[in-house]
Amino acid sequence: MTSNENRISPLHGAGGEMMSRLLAEHVLPHFAASQVGRIGLSAMDDGATIALPTAGELVMTTDSHVVKPIFFPGGDIGKLAAAGTLNDLAVMGARPLALSLAVIIEEDFPISDIDRIVESFAHTLIGSQTPLICGDTKVMGRGEIDGIVINTTGLGIANPAISDAGAVPGDVIIVTGSMGDHGMALLAAREEFHLETELKSDVDSIWPMIRTILPIGGIHAMKDPTRGGLAAALNEMSGKSGTTIELTQSAIPIRDEVQALSDLLGISPLEVANEGKAVLIVDPALADQILETLQKHPLGRHAAIIGIVGTKFPGRVVMTTPVGGRRFLDMPLGDPVPRIC
Amino acid sequence: MPRPFELSDPKRARQLADVIASLAPSTPVKIVHVCGTHEMAITQHGLRRFLPKNVEILEGPGCPVCVTPTADIDAAVQIAEAGAILCTFGDMTRVPGTRLTLEQARSKGCDIRVVLSAAEASNIAKETDRAVVFFAVGFETTTPMTAAVLVNEPPANFSVLVSHKKIPEAMAVLLSMPGTNIHGYLAPGHVSTILGMAPYAKQLDLFKIPIVIGGFEPLDILYAIALILRQLRNGQGFVENGFPRGVADEGNITAQRLIARVFESTDVQWRGIGVIPDSGYRLREEFARFDARLRFHIEGKTGDERIPGCRCADVLTARATPADCPLFRARCTPLSPVGPCMVGSEGACSIWYRYGGRELP
Repeated sequence: MTSNENRISPLHGAGGEMMSRLLAEHVLPHFAASQVGRIGLSAMDDGATIALPTAGELVMTTDSHVVKPIFFPGGDIGKLAAAGTLNDLAVMGARPLALSLAVIIEEDFPISDIDRIVESFAHTLIGSQTPLICGDTKVMGRGEIDGIVINTTGLGIANPAISDAGAVPGDVIIVTGSMGDHGMALLAAREEFHLETELKSDVDSIWPMIRTILPIGGIHAMKDPTRGGLAAALNEMSGKSGTTIELTQSAIPIRDEVQALSDLLGISPLEVANEGKAVLIVDPALADQILETLQKHPLGRHAAIIGIVGTKFPGRVVMTTPVGGRRFLDMPLGDPVPRIC
Repeated sequence: MPRPFELSDPKRARQLADVIASLAPSTPVKIVHVCGTHEMAITQHGLRRFLPKNVEILEGPGCPVCVTPTADIDAAVQIAEAGAILCTFGDMTRVPGTRLTLEQARSKGCDIRVVLSAAEASNIAKETDRAVVFFAVGFETTTPMTAAVLVNEPPANFSVLVSHKKIPEAMAVLLSMPGTNIHGYLAPGHVSTILGMAPYAKQLDLFKIPIVIGGFEPLDILYAIALILRQLRNGQGFVENGFPRGVADEGNITAQRLIARVFESTDVQWRGIGVIPDSGYRLREEFARFDARLRFHIEGKTGDERIPGCRCADVLTARATPADCPLFRARCTPLSPVGPCMVGSEGACSIWYRYGGRELP
């Protein structure tokens, strides 16, 4: 076998025999559950069908994934793409019905890497009992795209959907676990810092955890703190509801190794992405029950109450620091760059 | 997941706040620090909340990016336009020059690279035949790092645009400027790790005001402020080491010798202040072959420092807080900064924008 056969060629995206073989050998076998209506993935039709639910609201979300490096400590772009879309549905309070998978690959990309990526994508879907029902593959020339780009669309059903704008003064703020793990793990993995750490991304589907708290009710707003981290998520939630988020910094769970790297690079763990966490704003009367239920799930072991909703600075996030001072926690400005001098 | 909180212990912080309140006079007191890291720590931890209303602490010329004069930015742009690879710290790329920022020069095709150290720039030079220039800014913390690269035979295509500055000289000049009204200095811990105590005494002895070296943890800073107020109450004014954990009285002799071997003092311009005698460095004769100013025929022209409506000059000389500037938060934000104090992540305006000043209860 020549090395070319192990790599993606333009023919793999041309819709012919090569593409059929790529899909039949490297994609389809991973997706045993691939049907929620009459026509599913294995039919390879122009579209898939979904039997209409009888009650509730349909929720639809889409996300394109680019990540560097493609394989990172704790996950890869496949797991990220699946979890990203499942989590967007989960924080809308939606049970995932089905996902799509569209992949754009650079010519000469190793097929063995495709295998790994598709396998971890499929594995993540299985964990959330969600079928993949349609997909697309395209190949672009060398240098026209950086490795691989994945787009996923997800459909879910909520009854009712939970927005990120529903905070009410007096509500309690909960995070489902430690903050900053994904962003810091990726920063540490970037070559230019020459760092060796044990840090792992938290990337995972949070639906199995979120489904345990939905029956309790009382969730007024929910969001997954991805890009921009907790700081961006909370600023958005306070801005949309016109409330003040008041945090207690020492209550926010942060891993020691994340904090250490954060101190070294001068980048706040509250401003970098999480890919397996949610932030919830809940009815104070149900906060303890929600917290205890989260903590019983393996993904929510370190869930914590981190603050309350107030009114004094509408649209802003104020934080009491460990020493007892106060400061604003602002919307991050852009991609974090290490402080230099 | 507990973190060690010893140096940000809230109970001890309250106790120090009580000591500060008991030592503070009833008249207004202005303490100035000269370090972006101090301002970052003070605002990030919200330490102004622990000070009585009449005790204020302001950042002076403590952000190296902010005090770099327009002329030096212009020189860096000129070097990049001549085809060299220009390496510098991230924040420098956004500071306005007379014509362009380095970021704008990059979008016009110049090769501008962000590095974390002089050593990284020298490594880039090893990989190429093109001229590589390190735009060397910073105070006594970064100066020895530049010197260390130059004494270790860097590649012949490597040179340095020197813009290093000395903090004690600027602290002295500030005291003789009208309207500064400074009662005491919180001196920077890491600069002092290199310098020790002597340079402060040499520059500032005549002014007889408290100068206390402080660390960067919340309790370090509150402790240093308490020492300043104690000196004021006792009518004293001397250099005191409030950070013996990190600063030896004599400083880091190896680093001092390294600086002295490579550099000699010269008059340099500070944005917002003007020319301060002997407050900067140029390369000694022995190292002149690495001087980018000579290689690229840079003339020592003065750039235009005035930015209409911007009070950076007052902020850098501790005559105004960021909130006193009419442009702050209105026309001047970190995404579209007007003045350098909003550009540098260690600049007072950028820090106050993100974390808040004294408006928090």
